[in-house]
Amino acid sequence: MSVADTEKPISPLVENWHYFTHSRGALVGLIVFMFMVVVALISPWIAPHDPAVQYRDAFLVPPVWEDGGQWKFILGTDSVGRDLLSRIMVGARYSLLIGLVVVAMSLTSGIVVGLIAGFVGGRTDTIIMRIMDILLAFPSLLLALVLVAILGPSLFNAMIAIAVTNLPHFSRLTRGEVMGQKGLDYVTATRVAGASRLRLMFRTILPNCLAPLIVQGTLAFSNAILDAAALGFLGMGAQPPTPEWGTMLADAREYITSAWWVVTMPGLAILVTVIAINLIGDGLRDALDPKLKRS
Amino acid sequence: MKRTQLFTTTAVLTLGLAAAAQAQTLVYCLEGSPEGFDPAPYTAGTTFDASSHAVYDQLIEFAPGSTDTVPGLAESWEVADDGLSITFHLREGVKFQTTSYFTPTRDMNADDVIFSFMRQLDKDHPWYAYAPGISWEYADSTGMTSGVSEIVRVDDHTVRFELTRPDVTLLSAIPMDFGSIMSKEYADQLEAAGTMERLNTHPVGTGPFTFLDYQQDAVIRYETFQDYWNGAQPIDNLVMAITIDPGVRQQKLIAGECDIIPYPNPSDIASLQENSDLTVMQQEGFNVGYLAYNTLQPPFDNAAVRRALNMAINQDAIVDAVFQGTGRAAVSPLPPTSWAFNADLPAHVYDPEAARAALEAEGVTGLSMKIWAMPVQRPYNPNARRMAEMIQADFAAVGVDAEIVSMEWGEYLAQSGEIDRDGAVLLGWTGDNADPDNFLGVLLGCDGVGSNNRAQWCDEDFDNLIQEARVTADESARLEMYLQAQEIFAEEAPWFTVANSVVTMPMRANVTGYVQDPLGMHRFLGVSKD
Amino acid sequence: MLRFTLNRLLLMIPTFIGLTLIAFVFIRLLPGDPVLLLAGERGMSAERHAELLAQFGFDQPYWRQYLDYLTGLMQADFGISFSTKRPVLEEFMARFPATLELSICAIILASVLGITAGIIAAVKRGSWFDQITMGGALVGYSMPIFWWALLLIILFSAKLGWTPVSGRLGLMYFFPHKTGFMLVDSLMSGEKGAFASAVRHLILPTVVLATIPLAVIARQTRSAMLEVLGEVYMMTARSKGLSPARVVGLHALRNALIPVVTTIGLQVSVMMGGAILTETIFSWPGIGKWMIDAITRRDYQVVQGGLLLIALFVMIVNLIVDLLYGLVNPRVRYD
Repeated sequence: MSVADTEKPISPLVENWHYFTHSRGALVGLIVFMFMVVVALISPWIAPHDPAVQYRDAFLVPPVWEDGGQWKFILGTDSVGRDLLSRIMVGARYSLLIGLVVVAMSLTSGIVVGLIAGFVGGRTDTIIMRIMDILLAFPSLLLALVLVAILGPSLFNAMIAIAVTNLPHFSRLTRGEVMGQKGLDYVTATRVAGASRLRLMFRTILPNCLAPLIVQGTLAFSNAILDAAALGFLGMGAQPPTPEWGTMLADAREYITSAWWVVTMPGLAILVTVIAINLIGDGLRDALDPKLKRS
Repeated sequence: MKRTQLFTTTAVLTLGLAAAAQAQTLVYCLEGSPEGFDPAPYTAGTTFDASSHAVYDQLIEFAPGSTDTVPGLAESWEVADDGLSITFHLREGVKFQTTSYFTPTRDMNADDVIFSFMRQLDKDHPWYAYAPGISWEYADSTGMTSGVSEIVRVDDHTVRFELTRPDVTLLSAIPMDFGSIMSKEYADQLEAAGTMERLNTHPVGTGPFTFLDYQQDAVIRYETFQDYWNGAQPIDNLVMAITIDPGVRQQKLIAGECDIIPYPNPSDIASLQENSDLTVMQQEGFNVGYLAYNTLQPPFDNAAVRRALNMAINQDAIVDAVFQGTGRAAVSPLPPTSWAFNADLPAHVYDPEAARAALEAEGVTGLSMKIWAMPVQRPYNPNARRMAEMIQADFAAVGVDAEIVSMEWGEYLAQSGEIDRDGAVLLGWTGDNADPDNFLGVLLGCDGVGSNNRAQWCDEDFDNLIQEARVTADESARLEMYLQAQEIFAEEAPWFTVANSVVTMPMRANVTGYVQDPLGMHRFLGVSKD
Repeated sequence: MLRFTLNRLLLMIPTFIGLTLIAFVFIRLLPGDPVLLLAGERGMSAERHAELLAQFGFDQPYWRQYLDYLTGLMQADFGISFSTKRPVLEEFMARFPATLELSICAIILASVLGITAGIIAAVKRGSWFDQITMGGALVGYSMPIFWWALLLIILFSAKLGWTPVSGRLGLMYFFPHKTGFMLVDSLMSGEKGAFASAVRHLILPTVVLATIPLAVIARQTRSAMLEVLGEVYMMTARSKGLSPARVVGLHALRNALIPVVTTIGLQVSVMMGGAILTETIFSWPGIGKWMIDAITRRDYQVVQGGLLLIALFVMIVNLIVDLLYGLVNPRVRYD
């Protein structure tokens, strides 16, 4: 450790990490999530087959432990003979990408909108918050569906639509935090010292509002995966042959009685990923929210 | 108001049911909600099954299970020698149904026929726009709007259609659903009461079943019309339970909640056939699914290139994977159940090597193209995306790079017809009537370029044959022309003809008397349960 | 209280106008020509096309269309559906009871089970019950519900045959639907077995729709209880020698319920979204399925009117929740 470090008090990051790892669930979640990330990153090299290749002599082969299963296709194949395991591995990329992009888009835009509303106040605030109220009055899946219908069904458009439905949550949260911090002494001090508005907004206030935003961000991450899967399931998300998990389920619906593995596997992948992320979110909340910290 | 009426209907029915404990009810699990109960403004088969096929009759009808026509509400008809008029002699003593909302005081007569057609043809007719947004698609597209100048009431049971030009194909439109005969007496009552829109929600016809009640998106109920002119039906009640998901329909059939279901999942048909509680009927559908190149654009303007691309497509694999036993590989634009089908056309040849060589010989290398995949499931193509993916893989094997495009259905229909459309389009057609012109003329004739002729293909020899057949009355001469036209089609290959679907109707084993219809209608004449 | 209610109602007006504007703009942005869809593969002549556009008023400038729309709304006219040619409001009202019945059952199931489980888990913090409940809540909260619905159908309907696959009532029952609520109507009909049939049809969709709210409510109740149990006045109550049951029942519960009521209110909007998936899978004839069909069919008027009506409903529920909040929490003053 360098000298500079020892001069500081214990970094909040270290403290939070300590609380975070204190929770077994959060740790498990993190490990599963990291595993998913690794699989997603190296999937093109470790997937046993090309996810798009159709084995015309192997339609609907069951998983290896069932009668008629083959080691060549460990989790079986779908209706046009594509390897399910490979599709799920590559599908991890899409789901994680969806979460990442949606959170990035809604977090940045939500922060900007919320900061403006909270900081400027007055009529601007009223108008912005009224618009957010209106957006909140539409059920988010319905809003996303209509937006995708407008933009045209595709993976990227689904991400935009989901990001829009998340926007009110982030901006409300940011605004609330900003309102709380605005009157505090350190803000007044910085303002008196002659800091610019932008500096006040982004450098002074924002870092102190981050904790709840991070928690909300993890929530949004897992919700984005679920929403994108729902859109895919309704035919309004990623388009075939993209091996996005929800889209794989939409296609698999007709095999609900005849080929259960086509239905079960992608859903299980979604469930495990979302649980892992929610575990991380719970851990983060416990670590960052002082009210719930263990004494 | 509506509630009280419903109540009286149902009260009557509950009493009736209690009296006849052994009442036979046939449950048909309909695949969607009907748009309305007046068939004329609509084009969906679902709507026709719930309206025209159950409640109404037409002047001429299709014989059960065939595309032959038989007398319906008209006992006979004749075309004038100059071809400028058609006279129908109406059946006497035909009763309209009595419902809770209408009691007829007279039998069907010429006024009803004139009303049923003129409301669609005459823009000044009080019923021409009786509900907002109503339009008469079939009257328009079959040419009746422009082809009929007047319908004359000769006497109580004789009507004469005056035509603007000699056209025998108009007769083939009479049995279609838009030609259903409504009660003018009922319509007059509605008009007087100011509730014209009820014509579309509370139907009254002369058909085999009387409408009782419709619960939005859930159930339609009918009872047998005892005074049906063709004899009362063996079942007492007909119930159409709206069940959109095919997997759900199948499970309800197995559970005995449905007696007959349409459109099962292709992947489930094998297991349905093995189930001893069920009977599975199959018949080739009157439809064709195709991939249409844009023959106006290079390199697809070259027939050799089109033939080569067709050769690259593994047709059998597509039929297996997409139709899963519910399709037959097609070679002609006409379905095999048509009387003009050319059975001597050469079978499809799948040869990627030869295809690659042929493309190179034509100087086509590094071709990249678009394949349009429909966003919806249609009878002639249960899964266009899957089909497009397979064709894409086949093309890739001969060095053609294909990109799949798709868009919203309305947009798809509009843009795919445009002359400068880029790429090959997956689409199909279900015959409206038995006339071969309904396929060859509509889909491949020169006047369809820019609209229904998705290949934008205008071949002089082909078009001359089609035009001539349209005005030829002699059947055998027509047949000869259509056979020849199909040979030209096979040689020029404006399409890759993918498949004709096989229509599958699974039903409970105790259902007897059901006859499959080649035109895809679902009618329950003569059906009973043991 | 009255003033507060009136105030909130007044505030709804600008929000509602904003809603109409947003719904209107969304619909005009939708690609595709709804009129062409009417013709399908057959196509339509240019004159016919123009005629139909005029009939629906689509040939007017946008501001004019919007004004006409607003004028219509004043008279409770939400437009006419393209495909059925019937008033949107009528179509909505015909289906809304089905959705409402399902949602009410789901919210009751979620609240009763969720609050009970949450309380027990909080009181017995760290016990196996707590661990299992919170683990289950985490899974429920993370569940892709359309997949969950498919699994339940495979198990209970297809394999075991315990519950019907879809619909609201067995087909052998036929009686007038006076209220549109199948449970009520089937009871009123007096037909034997009709009520039981309605219940059997409701079970799976209710479970599916209740899954996420149940998990959220259980988690929320537990943490609210924990917070309250740790507070000072609770310590006092306990030190006064009150039995644990009374401590939990009288003091903690009331205070813990306050945030839970808000949570339940927020779940109504979530449920309207969940209804879309649930109704699609169970062929439940409600507004969720109706909206999906309308979006795929490009039935502009239905999408526009449906969006508006659903949002209106959510707003009204939120208002009621706010008022309820005051009832459970006397510390909130309406001024």
